[in-house]
Amino acid sequence: MELPKGTIDVDLHPMVPDLSALAPYLEPVWRDQIRMRGMEGFDSQSYPPRSPKTVRADWRPATGAPAATVGQLREQVLDPWGIAHGIVTPLYGVQLVFNEDLANGFTRALNDWTRQEWLDADARLAASIVLPMFNPEHAVAEIERCAPDPRFVQAMVLVMGETPLGRRHNWPIFEALVKHDLPLAIHAGSTYRNPVTSVGWPSWYAEDYVANQQGFQSTLASLITEGVFVKFPTLKVVLLESGVSWLPAFLWRLTKGWKGVRFEVPWLDRSPIEVVRENVRLSVQPFDAPDDAETVQRLMDHLGSDEMLLWSSDWPHWQFDGAPKLPPGLSPELVRKICVDNAVSTYKRLAVPGRAEAREPAVQP
Amino acid sequence: MARHVVGPATEIGPGERRMVELDGKKIVLFNLGGEFFALADRCPHQGASLSQGTSMAVIDSNCPGEYGYARAGEIVRCPWHAWEFDIRTGKSRFDPRRMKVRAFPACVEKGEALQLQAETFPVSIEEDYVVVEI
Repeated sequence: MELPKGTIDVDLHPMVPDLSALAPYLEPVWRDQIRMRGMEGFDSQSYPPRSPKTVRADWRPATGAPAATVGQLREQVLDPWGIAHGIVTPLYGVQLVFNEDLANGFTRALNDWTRQEWLDADARLAASIVLPMFNPEHAVAEIERCAPDPRFVQAMVLVMGETPLGRRHNWPIFEALVKHDLPLAIHAGSTYRNPVTSVGWPSWYAEDYVANQQGFQSTLASLITEGVFVKFPTLKVVLLESGVSWLPAFLWRLTKGWKGVRFEVPWLDRSPIEVVRENVRLSVQPFDAPDDAETVQRLMDHLGSDEMLLWSSDWPHWQFDGAPKLPPGLSPELVRKICVDNAVSTYKRLAVPGRAEAREPAVQP
Repeated sequence: MARHVVGPATEIGPGERRMVELDGKKIVLFNLGGEFFALADRCPHQGASLSQGTSMAVIDSNCPGEYGYARAGEIVRCPWHAWEFDIRTGKSRFDPRRMKVRAFPACVEKGEALQLQAETFPVSIEEDYVVVEI
């Protein structure tokens, strides 16, 4: 289908082709350790590079690494589909290692790689600051280091993280995000601190991938009940590659529980459904509803807001074939909101036409 | 509204409640430290008897991690789904504007003034009686 003019793709994943690609961005002490330790790379098992799901078949080059250059992104998504802005979020697992200093050093390098290899190469691109969450002080410092560059429009953590995300030891991170108008993106994937399901390790890929949904539910429940949105009412959270259709039923259940044990979380003075409508956004890939307009309309009614969904391709992950996809039966007005307006409202730092210049003012002569 | 003499005030001690039926309506009476309050004995959610629910304090908060504690025993929790209702007003705690149980005026009056209105039992002029208007 044809995307509206000005479409913003909020979920693009450049892939670090090889650990050596980060070497120029590493401080010498960490750069040397690639050789000294014999490090091979930080590809995460959430997205094994050779797995069919990780890279759509026609986006995998005959030779060389997939999704590794801005040229590939231009040819495969930005140019043919007329994307006005894309937000790139690398999922290379540098932030997952248990050595917090090493994780911090390599995550800083990854963010600088993103800045130079992607943001500097195409003005349509914005990026996520990948956060080294093992140590919240490191995460705050990385926000402060990257935030002056307005092309970083959000920060990103994986949905299955160190601890339930809403806990108070993470609040300095949320405070820093709010200070800089940065939404918090929560992307599918695990840090592997725990099995990817609460009942233990699954056997199959299908189990593993769908387990992200449990992770998103538990993470949302944590953020809401811990009072993160009471303490930081302007914080926006963007769920990436989360799926969508599970959200209403999950919120019905959480709200039902809250009505009975409200006294446990007396700071939560609104129903979780209201909190989510105001503070949470979701990308549309994978859109996990049956492919018929009537069902999709019912889901939209259950969501109860036309401001929550953001368009994404999830490039290079294999979510659909051929031309860009949208759920069936949406009105042109809603398509425009999902593709353009909702992202413009969510990403205050995104330099879109019509907004007062978001970027650093030009130096006056 | 009709006034109903429910019984001697001393029969429902502080912190206690009693279910009564007045004009065919089930009403639960609460004694909060000598003040009496009457609510419909039917949760607006699915009709459970609030008189069977436990009591608790008002627990509120200005900020995550801070707990206010006041008015011990002045909230009744429905025995079925534990929704909290303020005994003084009938308003729910989770949505006080839209979700509430009907509250009726209740007071204590001298037997002397009620002698002619007691319907089902003799009223002595020395005692205090709980009166509910429904």
